[in-house]
Amino acid sequence: MAKKEYSFYPGCSSQKGASASNYQTSVDAMCDTLDIQLNEIPDWNCCSASIGYAEGGELPRIALTARNLALSEQANPGQDVVATCAACWLSTRESKDRLLEDSQLMKETNEALAQAGLKVQANQKIRHMVEVLIEDFGYDELGAKVTKPLEGIKIAGYVGCQTNRPFGIDGESFENPMYLDKLVETMGGEPLEAYDKKVQCCGGALAFSEPEKSQAMIKDIIESAYDHGAEMIVTPCPVCQMNTEVYQEHINKKYNTKFNMPVVYYSTLMSVAYGKGYKESGLDGQIIRAKKLEEISKR
Amino acid sequence: MADLNVAAIEKYRNNFLKEVEANVEEGEWVKMCMQCGVCSGSCPLGSAWDHPPQELFMMIRAGKREEVLTSDSMWMCTSCYNCVVRCPRGLPITHIMHGLASYALRLGLAPKNQPTRKFAVLFWENLVKTGRVNELKLGLNLYFMNGFIEGIKTALGMQKIGLGMWKTKRMSPMEFFGGHGCKDAKGLQAILKKAREIEDAKRQKFNS
Ligand code: SF4
Ligand code: SF4
Repeated sequence: MAKKEYSFYPGCSSQKGASASNYQTSVDAMCDTLDIQLNEIPDWNCCSASIGYAEGGELPRIALTARNLALSEQANPGQDVVATCAACWLSTRESKDRLLEDSQLMKETNEALAQAGLKVQANQKIRHMVEVLIEDFGYDELGAKVTKPLEGIKIAGYVGCQTNRPFGIDGESFENPMYLDKLVETMGGEPLEAYDKKVQCCGGALAFSEPEKSQAMIKDIIESAYDHGAEMIVTPCPVCQMNTEVYQEHINKKYNTKFNMPVVYYSTLMSVAYGKGYKESGLDGQIIRAKKLEEISKR
Repeated sequence: MADLNVAAIEKYRNNFLKEVEANVEEGEWVKMCMQCGVCSGSCPLGSAWDHPPQELFMMIRAGKREEVLTSDSMWMCTSCYNCVVRCPRGLPITHIMHGLASYALRLGLAPKNQPTRKFAVLFWENLVKTGRVNELKLGLNLYFMNGFIEGIKTALGMQKIGLGMWKTKRMSPMEFFGGHGCKDAKGLQAILKKAREIEDAKRQKFNS
């Protein structure tokens, strides 16, 4: 199989020493096995996520994304833009759609970009890494590379919001998307039969500004995973991962629970199943250690 | 800010819907709402909204300018997109909520102590500085946004999380001294400045 190449938009949280650096580590390991080459967009900038809007307004926000697309067109012409972060994917894809549908907006955006000598066409595809896995490889091909199946581990596929709505993955339903469950199964693990908080919001950025309200929702997400027998949670989103992992102690104190549920990325599962080591799989980035995966990675 | 508000009141007098259409992102969609209420049952923090989206749309049409723009409700939007995939009329509700919040902020009408308002402004300022978000500085600013004493309390409450993040190399104290950023941060700032100018000029045109 020939190497597959994509123009890569890593996003702020994936940088060294940032909150999802372990996501990036496992993505690199997974891509190594799958022979995927990620060509980082040179000098990319923040997408402003779903929170920059208030101060940023409309055109500046779109210009942020347009700069990334323009740089991608220059350095990686003809390549699809791939993001691993849900918010990066969403805001980039949204802005691209808006630019294509509104010629006035396109004109104004290019006027702004010209300040830095850039120009955007926005005609490339914007994809989430999960789409690349499902559409360009497919479950069978992904499964064929497994050397250490995740046997006997029950894993809750927590999809959350933005890797689901509004665009959807692989044409699946918004209420009950199956792709994470299918990926778990493909890696030899056991998806949950039913998980009623699969697409529940974790609060997103409001976990910072409205901690009480968000933690009440996070509690339900974790509790439901326990109720259905899960030993760990898997997610495709850095915000979901962070929110469901790091507040468990606060929640335990407030609600008198005993949560200690590891939350990993799909790419962590895949790296381990592909025989990558503890560090390569990003397992050293778990605040709540994923012991079952550690055992497998040591085998 | 205040004069922006006065100018807008002068200009639109009794037509708040028109004002929204001209100034709020995706505001031209508001008139398409058929008041079915599906969106209002979709917000994860729904119980905290004084006026859920459907009600805000009704109030816009009824000209309840002050009540809408000073409301805390749209600041409770978590950008979950539940509403967008369910609305039978296809309204980009999430963006209208963002647009209303942003417009209220520009007019100086947004509630001063709204925590998400403060966080959103900090986030934007943080990213504009270097082109990339500095999580450490953003976090520190966030803890201290309600004043020094409050900040110490919040930071102490978050100490364990910080320690966990630091031990797993998901937070770096080095970020405090610069850290990651775009090489061409200047170019980026020039782009953003120009974009803001174009947007302001457009509003001016609508408003004159
Ligand atoms: S779901 Fe759509 S049509 Fe129904 S009330 Fe909300 S915005 Fe209006
Ligand atoms: S995106 Fe905002 S307005 Fe829409 S359902 Fe979610 S919280 Fe409510």
